[in-house]
Amino acid sequence: MNYHWNWLVFFEPSPTGGGSYLDMLLSGLLLTIETSFCAWIIALITGSIVGVMRTLPSKTASTIGFAYVELFRNMPLLLQLFLWFFVLPELLPRQAGLWLKQLPNAPFYTAAIGIGLFMSARIAEQLRAGIGSLPRGQKMAATALGLTTTQAYAYVLLPMAYRIILPPLTSEFLSTIKNTAVAITIGLLELTGQARAMQEFTFQVFESFTAATMIYLLVNLVVVTVMRTLERAVAIPGYIAGK
Amino acid sequence: MFENFDFDVIRRSLAYLFFDGMRFTLTLTAMAAFGGLVFGTLIALMRLSGIRPLSVVAGLYVNLMRSLPLVLVIFWFYFLVPYIGQWLTGASRPVKVGAFASSLITFIMFEAAYFSEIMRAGIQSISKGQPMAAQALGLTYGQTMRYVVLPQAFRNMLPVLLTQTIVLFQDTSLVYVVSITDFLGAASIVGQRDGRLVEMYLFVAIIYFLISCSASFGVRRLQARLAVVR
Repeated sequence: MNYHWNWLVFFEPSPTGGGSYLDMLLSGLLLTIETSFCAWIIALITGSIVGVMRTLPSKTASTIGFAYVELFRNMPLLLQLFLWFFVLPELLPRQAGLWLKQLPNAPFYTAAIGIGLFMSARIAEQLRAGIGSLPRGQKMAATALGLTTTQAYAYVLLPMAYRIILPPLTSEFLSTIKNTAVAITIGLLELTGQARAMQEFTFQVFESFTAATMIYLLVNLVVVTVMRTLERAVAIPGYIAGK
Repeated sequence: MFENFDFDVIRRSLAYLFFDGMRFTLTLTAMAAFGGLVFGTLIALMRLSGIRPLSVVAGLYVNLMRSLPLVLVIFWFYFLVPYIGQWLTGASRPVKVGAFASSLITFIMFEAAYFSEIMRAGIQSISKGQPMAAQALGLTYGQTMRYVVLPQAFRNMLPVLLTQTIVLFQDTSLVYVVSITDFLGAASIVGQRDGRLVEMYLFVAIIYFLISCSASFGVRRLQARLAVVR
């Protein structure tokens, strides 16, 4: 192979200013983490609302929930980001569209909201399955105690459902982190984007992608370790996962 | 809202969108799903085999692929495949690989990891008595897998495999990052040339939605029909 290896390239100053190539990758990592956290919060809130709607006795609510999930699940994430980023400002009234286009950090907000809503459909499905897996008696007992539907969800069904679906939620969170890489297409310089930029500046393809790969593996490891601890702490006694 | 729309741009580019773009997307999806299934099954068999080095290697591969973003994997293979080609053929410089071959290899390798997890679950869902009975009949390991275990595992997992193929169909749009012209890429090119991104992206969104939605409804019906009565 006539490829010129140079592992010291990480310590050379990058042409973007502000430190070495390693700093460039780390700033990408920071942006990846920030974006995934914002997207995750959006996904969790929206997904919970839609997931609960799908289990409500009201036919209208469950139909709306169903339509929401199908809409966000059946389009590629890349295309959804394009719709938010390129199409939405054109469809709004002129003033609002102009404001949206001139927003600083537009790729960041677009990525957080776009990925958040994309993931929310999947979280909604998980939560629906979690609520569905509870014995019927739980809801009935809550009703018999005189709790309203809101109270039954808040005090009985949701606390149980969230604890049951924690393991799949971990993998959804990992997917969220991985999905932030798609935002490279709307110009967000997160980890993959920075590795790509570094490769273009230095021509050291394999070094930069190896570094990005290692960082992703490390992030995965940290998330999995933290979540396993959390899963053990909140596991429901009497279930297979519990003690 | 729609007064400035030029729907004619879609009509004008229909042939290009579908014959160039959609054909690429569908061929890539079908071939990557098939290749991914073949390699995924092999990886699953490696993981479940009692031979420790094989199962460790397969496990490492699957976990590595599943913890990386697809975009990064696409970049990796885009730059790596020419060097692998050089190494395989013993050429003096990196081999030039076409856009289709490069993305096909990427998606086969990436999807193999996901398909292998599905096949592993499928194989593990089969009761122990089946391979034992096969062994008692004098079948070899290869025959047991080919005639007894894998057909049942495949049948049980068919809905999940198809769902994963729908995900794959949507994920192929990510070849955009290395400027390969798939369905979305073709729409982007036309949209940028004519300054009609809004119309093109909305049209592409509707097409993707219709295809994925009808495919997943089909899978759901199949699931109901395939369910084995036990």
